[in-house]
Amino acid sequence: MDYVIEMLNITKVFGNFIANDNITLQLKKGEIHALLGENGAGKSTLMNVLFGLYQPDGGEIKVKGKKVKITDPNVANDLGIGMVHQHFMLVDTFNVTENIILGKEPTRGGKVNIKEAAKEIKRLSNLYGLDVDPYAMVEDISVGMQQRVEILKTLYRGAEILIFDEPTAALTPQEITELMEIMKRLVKEGKSIILITHKLKEIMEVADRVTVIRRGKGLKTLNVSDTNPTELASLMVGRDVIFSMEKKPAEPKEPVLKVKNLVVKDYRGTEKVNRLNLEIHRGEILGIAGVDGNGQTELIEVITGLRKAESGTIELNGKNITNLKPRKVTESGLGHIPQDRHRHGLVLNFTVGENVALQTYYKKPFSKMGILNHKAIYSKARELIKQYDIRTQSEYTPARALSGGNQQKIIIGREIERDPDLLIAAQPTRGLDVGAIEFIHKRLIEQRDNGKAVLLVSFELDEVMNVSDRIAVIFEGQIIDIVDPKETNEEELGLLMAGQKIQRKHKTKAGEKQSPTVKEGEKIE
Amino acid sequence: MNKKRFVTFFIPVLAILLGLIVGAIIMIISGYDPIVGYTQLWEGIFGDPYVIGETVRQITPYILSGLAVAFAFKTGLFNIGVEGQLIVGWFAAVWVGLSFELPAVIHIPLAVLAAGIAGSLWAFIPGILKARLGVNEVVVTIMLNYVALHVTNALIRGIAGKDTTDRIAETASLRIPFFEEITMYSRMHGGIFIAIIAVIIIYFILQKTKLGYELKSVGFNQDASKYAGMNVSRNIVISMVISGFLAGLAGAMEGLGTFEYAATKTGTTGIGFDGIAVAVLGANHPIGVVFGAILFGGLKYGSLNMPNPPAQIPSEMITVIIAIIIFFVASGYLFQWLYEKFSKKKGVK
Repeated sequence: MDYVIEMLNITKVFGNFIANDNITLQLKKGEIHALLGENGAGKSTLMNVLFGLYQPDGGEIKVKGKKVKITDPNVANDLGIGMVHQHFMLVDTFNVTENIILGKEPTRGGKVNIKEAAKEIKRLSNLYGLDVDPYAMVEDISVGMQQRVEILKTLYRGAEILIFDEPTAALTPQEITELMEIMKRLVKEGKSIILITHKLKEIMEVADRVTVIRRGKGLKTLNVSDTNPTELASLMVGRDVIFSMEKKPAEPKEPVLKVKNLVVKDYRGTEKVNRLNLEIHRGEILGIAGVDGNGQTELIEVITGLRKAESGTIELNGKNITNLKPRKVTESGLGHIPQDRHRHGLVLNFTVGENVALQTYYKKPFSKMGILNHKAIYSKARELIKQYDIRTQSEYTPARALSGGNQQKIIIGREIERDPDLLIAAQPTRGLDVGAIEFIHKRLIEQRDNGKAVLLVSFELDEVMNVSDRIAVIFEGQIIDIVDPKETNEEELGLLMAGQKIQRKHKTKAGEKQSPTVKEGEKIE
Repeated sequence: MNKKRFVTFFIPVLAILLGLIVGAIIMIISGYDPIVGYTQLWEGIFGDPYVIGETVRQITPYILSGLAVAFAFKTGLFNIGVEGQLIVGWFAAVWVGLSFELPAVIHIPLAVLAAGIAGSLWAFIPGILKARLGVNEVVVTIMLNYVALHVTNALIRGIAGKDTTDRIAETASLRIPFFEEITMYSRMHGGIFIAIIAVIIIYFILQKTKLGYELKSVGFNQDASKYAGMNVSRNIVISMVISGFLAGLAGAMEGLGTFEYAATKTGTTGIGFDGIAVAVLGANHPIGVVFGAILFGGLKYGSLNMPNPPAQIPSEMITVIIAIIIFFVASGYLFQWLYEKFSKKKGVK
């Protein structure tokens, strides 16, 4: 009887597809219960059933022992269930308080009583250690802070049970640590949490119990203290997973990309990239670590030709490509896995085949005298679907219908297939499950072993440390240091990412091994 | 796959039926006999060779104006200026038809082409403004409709010295004696072939060419297109120019086929605006547009027979009934939704 929520034998069917097959999830009061599964395993469906967005086709839901029927999200709210969505639902031009009370405004005589609400928000914020300023504008606060506003939104509505949907996807390592603290605080104050995630590290760190689901079926519920990441991963994927990538030592050769004194300004005239120098060699993976917003996006956009450089030069294969049009850059030997695959990487309404041709549609054999050769395009698509294990109904399915991991595989297949000398991979595994991540990392290392250069930009420290041969840390538009992943650790990188350069004993040794063109220590402050 | 095809066919038919039923209910409430009313509607569309010819005549410009809207829409642009592009096309066609003496094999293509080019130029203005300066094409095209109307009015008065131009030369006319004979001298003309050819060409461009691929890509996702090395601005302009060309051709249908002259107008023709409805009915697909135009043109022309005795339904009422039918067809996704909900429930049991 001490379960606050029981979802018993829940089944949910879409057409012929069984999204949830007899899943049982029981949430104890005051626990953090992780829900673990690959993309498309049915986690979101299950939570949407709980939140009233879907009606189950079988099974029942009990809240505090009482059988309930959750017909829509309002019912869920009334039952004390709140959801912190992965994609925040905030109005940028409203302040924190206005966002939180939206839809539940306290009124006095027809007037919204902001002051009263702000006081309540301040109280809740202090109680749970959220540290949110009720009057700050949402557009001015960081992503981590915005998430806390989302948390406050559910608390303000009296939620006792909080569902976190992939909460760390958009956060920096520091913000993740803070979030973990907040979650622990929440359960200490009597709340219960369901954490949807496919990140094993987070589960090991905060969760009390974990329910693993695979392909719509509930496999097991385990105590986190009785399990380990390896077991969880193989349960989730259904086979053994290699965590740290096995790879040969890098054999860097001549430089492919040379960036010299690059300056990029944003529309306000602020220097987002500030006299940056960088060199990438054939046969190596250079990882760029940094907190989001330190110029990574701008750097990639300038290299790929989407943004203009203010000054400085970019050389690819010895050819100056500064401020060339994207197609000219691509044709000079650049492949690009963009950070935002929906915005830049794919035309979602196009079929898988049409997306495979997105970079090369204008060339033979896909196009001859202005006429497309659909046969060639779709046979190439079939080839890539096989080779890259893209799970899709067919090559004629719109890319929109595929899961995130498979969409990413289209892009990766397309870019690697063009055999670029330099492959830029920006956040290539964001939001993907371990199986897909492993696959993508293998492909990147393969590229390197084939004597190509890879530039990996990621906010996930694990990824950068695992895959890269060298790690360049970017801070306020400059590379402030380049470190060897074997000789560094998360703390050091974390400090560097925060702009604090430290003197290391092995520095000179590491420095010699690395590219001499990187000007270090220019950053004061 | 087969089931899907069945649904895409079945839903519009169901929508038309429902529209007719609701229309009938309105007629009954207002004291008219729906059976007589619909019989007269049917006869107004298919009753004799003359009305069939006139129905085809009505459908012809609708195909082109609908195609113009649909093409722009496929590439992410909302061309509300089809009306204005049509008016300048009409004028240009008649001007060429009046001013030259040429054999028909040259005169007709020249006049048709002039209409298309005039429409293209008219659409080029919002296109370039959107591409270069990001000006919303909806505002510009709406305003250019009025400019087109009044400029052509002024030109007609200036050139002809009166409110109506002379008839165009025989050699520029789209009328075909054979059609006139078999349709009891209706105004049906050869423009229907031009419309059908345009549909085929547009279908081909969108489905089979590099240009169509780029245009659709830009329409769906400008950022990804830019990243893939496409010139987004150029594609916007090309899309508007082609859309305007089709609108201009619709004008040629009126200028060289239906009327064989141009006259000053107090207001817009409505064909361009109706083209938006035609495009929606046809789901912005070239082939769908043909069906949309048939439905729209058929109802529009056939309903002219409804005020006649014995039905004697006032024309205002007819407009309401047509609007309801169109409404039901246009909200087809509602039926799709109902259908899916229905079939899902059945599937589970």
